[in-house]
This record gives sequence, C-alpha cells and structure tokens, in this order.
Amino acid sequence: MTAAPVMSAESLARHYEVGGGFLRKPQVLKAVQNVDFQLYAGKTLAVVGESGCGKSTLARMVTMIEEPTAGTLTLDGEPVLPDRWASLRKSVQIVFQDPYGSLNPRQRIGQILMEPLIINRPDMPTSEREARARDMLGLVGLRPEHFDRYPHMFSGGQRQRIAIARALMLDPKVLVLDEPVSALDLSIQSSILNLLIDLQERLGLAYLFISHDLSVVRHVADEVIVMYLGRAVERGTKDEVFGGPRHPYTKALLSATPIADPEARKDRIKLVGELPSPLNVPAGCPFSPRCWKVQDHCRTTAPELEGESHKAACFFPEG
Amino acid sequence: MTDVTQTTAPDRPSALREFWYYFRENRGAVFGLWIFGLFLLVAAFAPILAPYDATEQFRDYTLLPPAWQEGGSWAFPLGTDPLGRDMLSRLIEGARFSFFVGVVVVTIATTGGIIIGLIAGFAPRWLDTIIMRIMDIVLAFPSLLLALVLVAILGPSLTNAMIAIAIVLQPHYVRLTRASVMSERQKDYVTSAKVAGARLPRLMFKTVLPNCLAPIIVQAALSFSTAILDAAALGFLGMGAQPPTPEWGTMLAEAREFILRAWWVVTWPGVAILITVLAINLMGDGLRDALDPKLKRS
Repeated sequence: MTAAPVMSAESLARHYEVGGGFLRKPQVLKAVQNVDFQLYAGKTLAVVGESGCGKSTLARMVTMIEEPTAGTLTLDGEPVLPDRWASLRKSVQIVFQDPYGSLNPRQRIGQILMEPLIINRPDMPTSEREARARDMLGLVGLRPEHFDRYPHMFSGGQRQRIAIARALMLDPKVLVLDEPVSALDLSIQSSILNLLIDLQERLGLAYLFISHDLSVVRHVADEVIVMYLGRAVERGTKDEVFGGPRHPYTKALLSATPIADPEARKDRIKLVGELPSPLNVPAGCPFSPRCWKVQDHCRTTAPELEGESHKAACFFPEG
Repeated sequence: MTDVTQTTAPDRPSALREFWYYFRENRGAVFGLWIFGLFLLVAAFAPILAPYDATEQFRDYTLLPPAWQEGGSWAFPLGTDPLGRDMLSRLIEGARFSFFVGVVVVTIATTGGIIIGLIAGFAPRWLDTIIMRIMDIVLAFPSLLLALVLVAILGPSLTNAMIAIAIVLQPHYVRLTRASVMSERQKDYVTSAKVAGARLPRLMFKTVLPNCLAPIIVQAALSFSTAILDAAALGFLGMGAQPPTPEWGTMLAEAREFILRAWWVVTWPGVAILITVLAINLMGDGLRDALDPKLKRS
C-alpha cells in the first residue's frame, strides 16, 4: 500500500448527549472513541463488531450525516469540515442495510437513479442523465425495462442492486456499505457480494464495509478493524486477524462463527456476562468484565492499540 | 446472479385501478361517491337545473306546501317559503354555496396545515414545541365557539365564516402531517437523499411529502363535510351567509318561526345538509380503507 489513502481518519470520536431534560444533566454516550483508519482505492476495509459497538455511527460520520465530536477526517488530502460537506459529499456515498426502506416508494427507479444528478449537476441535459442512469442499471445487472418500475415490484436483492446503482451515480471514490447483505437471503448475498467485488475492480472504489457477519467479511475484506463498545480493539490485514487473532474479544468472536460442517470440532469460547451499557463503560479496558484473562491492571488502565501492522488493544495479547 | 435471471412480478395494475378495486368493496362508499357526484353536478349546473331564480318572489304563492299535499302545485314541487320563493330552486342554488364552502375551506386548511406540519416535523425541538402548543390551544376550544368568535371579530359574511372554519380545522392537518413526517423522516431513503446532497426544501416537499399524502387525503374528504356542517351552523346562528343568499344553514334560520305551520320550509334544507354530509362521510371512510396500505392483501 504505497499509494496515498483516499480517505483517512484520525482519532475520530462521536459522543451523544442523552436523557437530559429540564434541570437534569444529560449523560454522555460515547458511541465512537478514537478510531483511526485509512481507505485506499480498490481496497476494502471491514469494520466488525456486535450491535451497538458504534459501527453505524462511524458510517454516519464518514458519509457526513453527522459531525464528529473530535478527530479529523481527510478526504483526498482535504479536511472534511461541515462547511465543505456540500462539495465533498459527491465523493462518499452509502448503501444501507434494509433494501426495503432505502428506496423512495413513490419514485420510479429512473427517478431514483437520476435524482443525485439533478441535485448535483443541474446543468446536465435530461437526455444525458437518463443515458447515464440506464448505463448504471446495466452495470449492476438489472434490465433496461426496470427503468420505469416502482421499488415495490422488486425483490430484496434487486432493490439492493438499485441502491448500489444510486450510490454510484455520482462517481464516488468511497462507498460505505452499512451491512449491505445482512437483510438478504444467503443465496442472494453471494451474488451481491460478487457484484460489489466486480464493481470495485472496475471502478477502483474504496470500500468501508460494515458488518457483523464474519464469513462475509472473510470473503471481501483486505483489512479488518474489530470494534467493541465504540473502540477499535484490533486492527490488521484479513489474514492476520483471521489467522491469528490477538485480542481475546476477536478470538471469542471468531470462535462463534458457525461452520458448515456438523463433524467439525467446535471449541467455542463462551463469554460470561452481558455487553455493558454504552452509557456506563467500565473503567480501564472495556472488555475487562467479560475477559477470561483479566488482571487487576486491566480494570484500571485502558490499553492502547499497539503493534506494527497487526495491532491489538490488550495488555496480554494472544499468540 | 440468481435474482437477475428470474422474472419480476407481472406488471401491477395502475395505482388508480388498484384504488378502485379496494374502494368498490365498500358499498356504502360507492353509494356515497354517487351521491357526491350528483351533488357536484347539481352545483355545477345549478342555473340550468333550477326552475326559477333563487331570489324571485311569487307574492301570490307564499308558504305553498309541496305538490303532493293538499293545496300544493306542481309549479313549485317542494313548495314555497314565506316570501313566495321556490324551495327547489333555492336548494339547488344552495348546493353551489355548500360546495364552494367545502372546496375553499379544505384548500386553505390543507395547504396551511401541510406547510406548518412539515415545518414542525423538520424543525428543531424548540420550534416544534412552540408550533404544537399553539395548535393544542386552538384544538382545546370548542370548534364552533372559536369560529363564532372569529366571525364576530371579522364581521358576519360567508367569506369570513369560511376563513374562520379553515382556521379551526387547520390543527388537525398540522398534527397529521407532523406525525407522518416524523415517521417517514427516520427512513433510509430520506438519509440517502441527504447523502446525495438534497437540501431541506427538496427533502420536505419532494422526498417526504408524497409519502405522507394518504392520511391527508382522507382527512380532506372528511373535513369537507365538517366544513359544510359548520358553515350551515354559522349560517343558522346568523354569523355566516346573509339573507337572501340561499345557503342551507341560513335558510334553516330564516324558516325557524314557521316550523309548526309549514314543515317543508325547515325540513328540506335540513335533509339536503344531512344527505350531503352523510354521503361525504361514507365516501371518506371508503377512501381511508382503500388508501391504508395495512389493509391491502396483495
């Protein structure tokens, strides 16, 4: 990875104030804390973690829907600040998890695809807009006659193709995929994933792939970040993380992946306790109450993400 | 790529045909629609249909009973009023006023209500709270009383009565619009429009509003009848249309003293109001059933 990153984030954080009413002090929810990453053209960075760990908040910051509380986000060497969002937005687009909620039910497919162009290139002639939308329809594997239909006439997989097509209409550099296949049938998941890989090769896109499904991540990722309670606990290339997980949480997560072989030996690591409330993150290492290797040191001091290329935030890493 | 090769569902019927399919199932609604259509035709062609001018007085034929009663004449099928005016002509002419009241009131109330509701739905919490509390205050008054007060301030006339009724009906639209806007706003298609760069006006009117229209259409149909009823009530109280306008409520008020001597003078305007309001309400109910996606089976 010698090329300059398309997008990079440095100690990105997002805190919410919750509760808080009249004369009551709001509590601070730290949804994302100190996350660093770089996205490279043609490469996929996967973010994994269980629900509530801040994956989607990260996606919302990267797509400029929410402003980071702290940290910097750089796109193509330019800092991403709210007053520049309007001009930078074209370069970062998103595909959502639920293909049933992400398409406007009152718009035809053609309108859905042309809308980003109408907004961002108002001087483009209508005929060219339509030609581009039809080309895009072919690129994602849909037929030209789908152009004049409404979203309710399509299956989940086809809708997700439409959502991908819409995201690509503005020629973005970065595509954020927020659990793009979790809502789909297993048989359709693979076709969508192959489409995404295919598009990445053809268009040189950088993907930020958010998922909780490790087998999907193993299929598409180049680099992996494992998140727990808003913090990155492990980071490395796909082979490093899947081959030799260093953080106990990653190890437990990997051991929980179902294997399609009833004969295979299962040695799942069962975590004790519940996921702590993100409003009340334990002092020290956030994973300490559920970790089987915990020492007194873990409960008082939070470990930093350390290591060369394969980093883990743990005082007693595996392997 | 299994999902591409499979054929998509056969072309669904157009929205209008689908709507008619569900609407037809409700007999009362279809009946209401026919009556409403008739009412519309009568209002449109009133000058042709009415046998006489609505204000023409036949002094020799005052308080003539309907034709089938003793002393009645087929020249005045529904009888005449104390000034010798033909009841049928006045009722036909009155349909115009009622229809006019319904259309104008619903248009003003809907337009204002939708715009305020959209603003409240998209506004920061403090502005939303201010708007909704004002609407709650308007709703807390008995509607007719508030309309009366407004007319008393503006002066009695049909126009002022319509403005007053529109103001009274407005909060219902605001609440309805705001509620649907708030639920639609959360959906991903709104976020993706935002990511595509859509600004607030576009999000409000092009992305969100079309998806909120179904309940508003139903409310519009139902408040059409409320508007007619309220206008008649204001007319009856002397705060609406002024004589000799053949507005149904005003006609009722004028005929009040003859209620024991000449039943037809009071009955016909009352029956006209009753049938019209009933028909519109039946139609509105059917509209609600046909437009509610939760009740669809396919």
